[in-house]
Amino acid sequence: MHIWGLLKKMSSILEIKNLNVCFGGIRAVDNISFDVEKGKIITLIGANGAGKSTILRSVSGIVKPTGGDIMFEGESILGLSPDKIVSKGITLVPEGRRVFPNLTVLENLKIGAFLRKDKLTDDIEYVYSLFPRLKERHWQQAGTLSGGEQQMLAVGRALMSRPKLIMMDEPSLGLAPLVVRDIFSIIRTINDDGITVLLNEQNANMALKIADKGYVIETGNLTLEGTGRELLENNSVKEAYLGKSK
Amino acid sequence: MNIMPYLIRGLATGGQFALVAIGYTMVYGILKLINFAHGDLFMVSGMLLIYLVADFPTMPIYFSILIMIVITVVIGYLIEKCAYSPLRQAPRMSVMISAIGVSYLLQNLVAYLTGGISKQFPELPFLSENIRLFGVKDKISVFLSPILAILLTVALVFVINKTKFGMSMRAVSRDFETSQLMGIKINWVISVTFAIGAFLAAAGSLLYFSKNTGINHLAGSTPGIKAFIAAVVGGIGSVPGAVVGALIIGVVESLARAFDLADFADVISFALLIIILVVKPTGLFGEQVREKV
Ligand SMILES: Nc1ncnc2c1ncn2[C@@H]1O[C@H](COP(=O)(O)OP(=O)(O)OP(=O)(O)O)[C@@H](O)[C@H]1O
Ligand SMILES: [Mg+2]
Repeated sequence: MHIWGLLKKMSSILEIKNLNVCFGGIRAVDNISFDVEKGKIITLIGANGAGKSTILRSVSGIVKPTGGDIMFEGESILGLSPDKIVSKGITLVPEGRRVFPNLTVLENLKIGAFLRKDKLTDDIEYVYSLFPRLKERHWQQAGTLSGGEQQMLAVGRALMSRPKLIMMDEPSLGLAPLVVRDIFSIIRTINDDGITVLLNEQNANMALKIADKGYVIETGNLTLEGTGRELLENNSVKEAYLGKSK
Repeated sequence: MNIMPYLIRGLATGGQFALVAIGYTMVYGILKLINFAHGDLFMVSGMLLIYLVADFPTMPIYFSILIMIVITVVIGYLIEKCAYSPLRQAPRMSVMISAIGVSYLLQNLVAYLTGGISKQFPELPFLSENIRLFGVKDKISVFLSPILAILLTVALVFVINKTKFGMSMRAVSRDFETSQLMGIKINWVISVTFAIGAFLAAAGSLLYFSKNTGINHLAGSTPGIKAFIAAVVGGIGSVPGAVVGALIIGVVESLARAFDLADFADVISFALLIIILVVKPTGLFGEQVREKV
């Protein structure tokens, strides 16, 4: 048992320990703990306002937790500034895409690599190979892209920092089913290339299908965990998040 | 009547306003703040040189100018750090009020130090000398102002559009949080923006006060307001807009003088402001990026 615990620790890239986040007295995240295993796809599902975004934003250093700890590769990153956290290899594709509308597509990619000093050509080619559309439109102001293209750009931009862990906050939000499929297949590809993925999704069906592990968050609490398949089969998940009755 | 001297003087004042206007427009672009203290920083900058020359008469003038520029930049930086940075999460109105506070603080500090008496700006080698060009005899600073304003603007526009730092400025001006997610230190970018604005204000004050040599604690108000109008007319947030706006205001006011309407110069400037805002609320170069969010 002891040795198993140790092995598990060594294989996890991110550990959330008793995380608490309050906004003016309102507890958005209530004592949540979970691990993200290296090389895997982990998904957080939960209703609106459950606290999913707040967890990812805490990991990124945008939100300051009121308690608990966040460990990345065995070291605490709690209280580090967002730029320090990016340089450790964590990146966030924020909710609502948030591309820079006044920058070109290419500039958006370059700014994703803001902290890097080396050459970017290979990485830009890599992103273009994932999203050929971005190559066609590299000169265009990002504000003029379609919603789906902006999402691709947001993912591409995040990849430009050469992350070890990429966190995505509802990448499928507001996209047509076909584009959603594309985005999920890209998430797989990225993961196959060795990047750990932590995914927030409302689209629980798609997310659980590709996830190695899922956690269900309800009003700031972790209520259920299991492999993607286990959660897909789980009755209460089916009812609450998959829109199916028992 | 010969229009030429008025045109040249108008371009000169316009160039001087432009250097101040860039500070307004850049700060607005990044913080959405009208930095009311900017005109007063311009005045303080001129005052600094007066004191540096008076108190250290043996110091070479170029050295005094250098120190004056450095101190102005440091003050610009400190204003942001002390009065605006702590209010980053506060409502925008609080920051505006803080800016008005800094403006009065600088004015009253200078009024206290000078006793409210007007001081004479020193004669500067080169800038204060008279020459004759295009049939107009005036100080070199007059001929130099529009040229210097345009050169500095071109350099600045290059930095903003073509360098990595400029890219981070454009990103921060749109979205603080996402900029942070990229690893950009937004406080650093904001500080540098204020430093650039202060540097240009110092350059502007050298040119302006070598022509308008009497400075008191209120000497920054009128140029400050004119530069602010210029920034709005040009489309606040846009650097080339601020410069074009300032040149227009400078020339229009000077031509008003040519036609014996000197008393109306201010009226004309403000009327111009209102007309442009009514016709094109975003100003001449105001950006209208199409956005899908
Ligand atoms: N900056 C903030 N200030 C105040 N309250 C906040 C802030 N950010 C989040 N909250 C609150 O924290 C709770 C959790 O929000 P969060 O955005 O993490 O939910 P979510 O699970 O991502 O929801 P959704 O699926 O709708 O994106 C909500 O009640 C929200 O109102
Ligand atoms: Mg969310």
